[in-house]
Amino acid sequence: MSSTQQADSVLSLRGISKTFGAVAALTGIDLDVAAGQVVAVVGDNGAGKSTLVKILSGVHPPDSGTITFESKVVDVPTPAAAHKLGIATVFQDLALCENLNVIQNLFLGQEVRPLRLNDVAMETRSWELLRQLSAKIPSVRVPVASLSGGQRQTVAIARSLLGDPKVIILDEPTAALGVAQTAEVLNLVERLRENGLGVIMISHNMADVKAVADTVAVLRLGRNNGVFDVGEVSTEDIIAAITGASDNAVSQRRARRKEGLSS
Amino acid sequence: MNSTVTTDRQDERLQSREGLRGAVADVVERARGGDLGVIPVVAGLVVIWTVLQILNPIFLSSTNLVNLTMESAAVGIIALGIVCVLLVGQIDLSVGSVSGLSGAVLAVLFVSEGLPVWLAILAAVIMGAVIGWVYAQLFNRFGVPSFVITLAGLLAFLGLQLYVLGTKGSINLPFDSGLVNFAQLDFVPPWLSYTFAVIAAAGLFASGYFHARERRRAGLSARTLSMLVVRSVALLVVLTFVVWYLGQTRGVGWMFVFFVALVLVMHYLLSRTKWGRAVYAVGGNVEAARRAGINVKAVYTSVFVLCSTFAVVGGILAAARLAAANQSSGGGDVNLNAIAAAVIGGTSLFGGRGTAFGALLGIIVIQSISSGLTLLNLDSSIRFVVTGVVLLLAVVVDSIARKSRTSHGRA
Repeated sequence: MSSTQQADSVLSLRGISKTFGAVAALTGIDLDVAAGQVVAVVGDNGAGKSTLVKILSGVHPPDSGTITFESKVVDVPTPAAAHKLGIATVFQDLALCENLNVIQNLFLGQEVRPLRLNDVAMETRSWELLRQLSAKIPSVRVPVASLSGGQRQTVAIARSLLGDPKVIILDEPTAALGVAQTAEVLNLVERLRENGLGVIMISHNMADVKAVADTVAVLRLGRNNGVFDVGEVSTEDIIAAITGASDNAVSQRRARRKEGLSS
Repeated sequence: MNSTVTTDRQDERLQSREGLRGAVADVVERARGGDLGVIPVVAGLVVIWTVLQILNPIFLSSTNLVNLTMESAAVGIIALGIVCVLLVGQIDLSVGSVSGLSGAVLAVLFVSEGLPVWLAILAAVIMGAVIGWVYAQLFNRFGVPSFVITLAGLLAFLGLQLYVLGTKGSINLPFDSGLVNFAQLDFVPPWLSYTFAVIAAAGLFASGYFHARERRRAGLSARTLSMLVVRSVALLVVLTFVVWYLGQTRGVGWMFVFFVALVLVMHYLLSRTKWGRAVYAVGGNVEAARRAGINVKAVYTSVFVLCSTFAVVGGILAAARLAAANQSSGGGDVNLNAIAAAVIGGTSLFGGRGTAFGALLGIIVIQSISSGLTLLNLDSSIRFVVTGVVLLLAVVVDSIARKSRTSHGRA
């Protein structure tokens, strides 16, 4: 099973560890993402989700372990390197300039024709990207300040698509959103999958995870605590894996009893 | 929705507004939302001109307006630098001192040392760039707030100015030098002024036309031909009238043309280049700009260098206009007028909002007040008070507009 996963996966991590001083933030993490697959990474606070995102996006280098991208072992020393490889990250705070309009935000830092900006080309490409995401943004010439939370998330995701990435990492994309906007962003994730991207979605929200993810990777205290197929796992089981509810005095006693009964 | 709808107009929620009436409706809509643009400045200018004209009929005379344009150029150029610094959300309080120092350095090198005038100007401009670079280094490396750095600069460069001028305290520039001529007596001949007006209108039309054609080819909505014609003709009428009216006496000064040319260059740089986008981005959200791969420190450096350099150029022109550099050059209200002009012209003190044209409009407001009050024989004490009140009004308008933008979701 794991060998086949690795064969068609676009990004796989093996044995990734990272320590901050005396704290082991991640220990021996394995993770696989295939093209057109949505992997939800879930875990409690301090489980190591953010550290994992930072390693993949080049903010922190891992202490040990290998990152394989398109069957090549790669290093991701800087955010620029991650971008160049084709790993795009949308951070939780989105990092948009509210005083600039949608086009200006999408192309910020990578404008077409630096000395005489080509607005027409940038606007055309902006519409292409937004259409590709079936985004509901009425005009790209309004400042981002006037957009809703879901629309801003759309702009941030569209921006990450500019470099034609293979894998896109979404850090808590629905954390600050209302019901309708959450649905909008989940549609967007579906659209990313249809376009053949590998998606890693960090989330706290089980409903979202069940709605769009294909597999769920659970982290607990910096270690893998199970990879589940969304179709075959119940929310309770995922939560049990997150909280370690299966690993306490009550469950141990129940397990001992079960063993006692069966033997 | 029909098949001829352009790419950017397909959303059914967009109200279609076309032609002249649509353009007017758009402006009204935006102003209601707090995106006031140049409306407050123009409105303010109309009020100020009306009041001053009633108080003293000479105010709107051609002679006085020619004077007004000539007086605006020096401080206007300084204000142009302030606009850039404010756009990244910083401030330079030392522009007055730096302009005074540049006048003094120019006078000493040109008159006392006998260097050729171009060399003296070059030296002063380089000095300005170095001052801005030092500010930027202090800001980038140590993270000292820019208002403190430049406040220190204000005092230090004032001291340097007094030192450079020495015990005499005042150096006269020779009246027959080209520089003084440029600032006092050089006027554009009428035929050339009209040519400039026509070129400006034609240029506006051509750029609008080619841009619209490119947009239409790409399947985007574009301004209609009639709209472009109306716009260019309006500009032509206004410019021709201005040239004609100023031409009743001395006409349009070369120094003013130089100032307007600088405004146009800065407008292009800020709105049509990657650097300009970076400036607005840094003013809007530094962290976002950094993550987008913009070299934020380089942007700060470029802006501080630009501001000090403009202050030097303004100082040189001020000295040339006065035909002297003295201890009070660049002192008094120069600093505040430059900052006030930028803010009155619609540049936000909070960063990320403003245009180069704001400096032009703002300085005309400031100079109008100053000139009008001088015509009324009012003391400089009252002039200071009035300028202060106008600056305060401008800042209040800025803050109210900002609140309104927030409530209309345009902040």
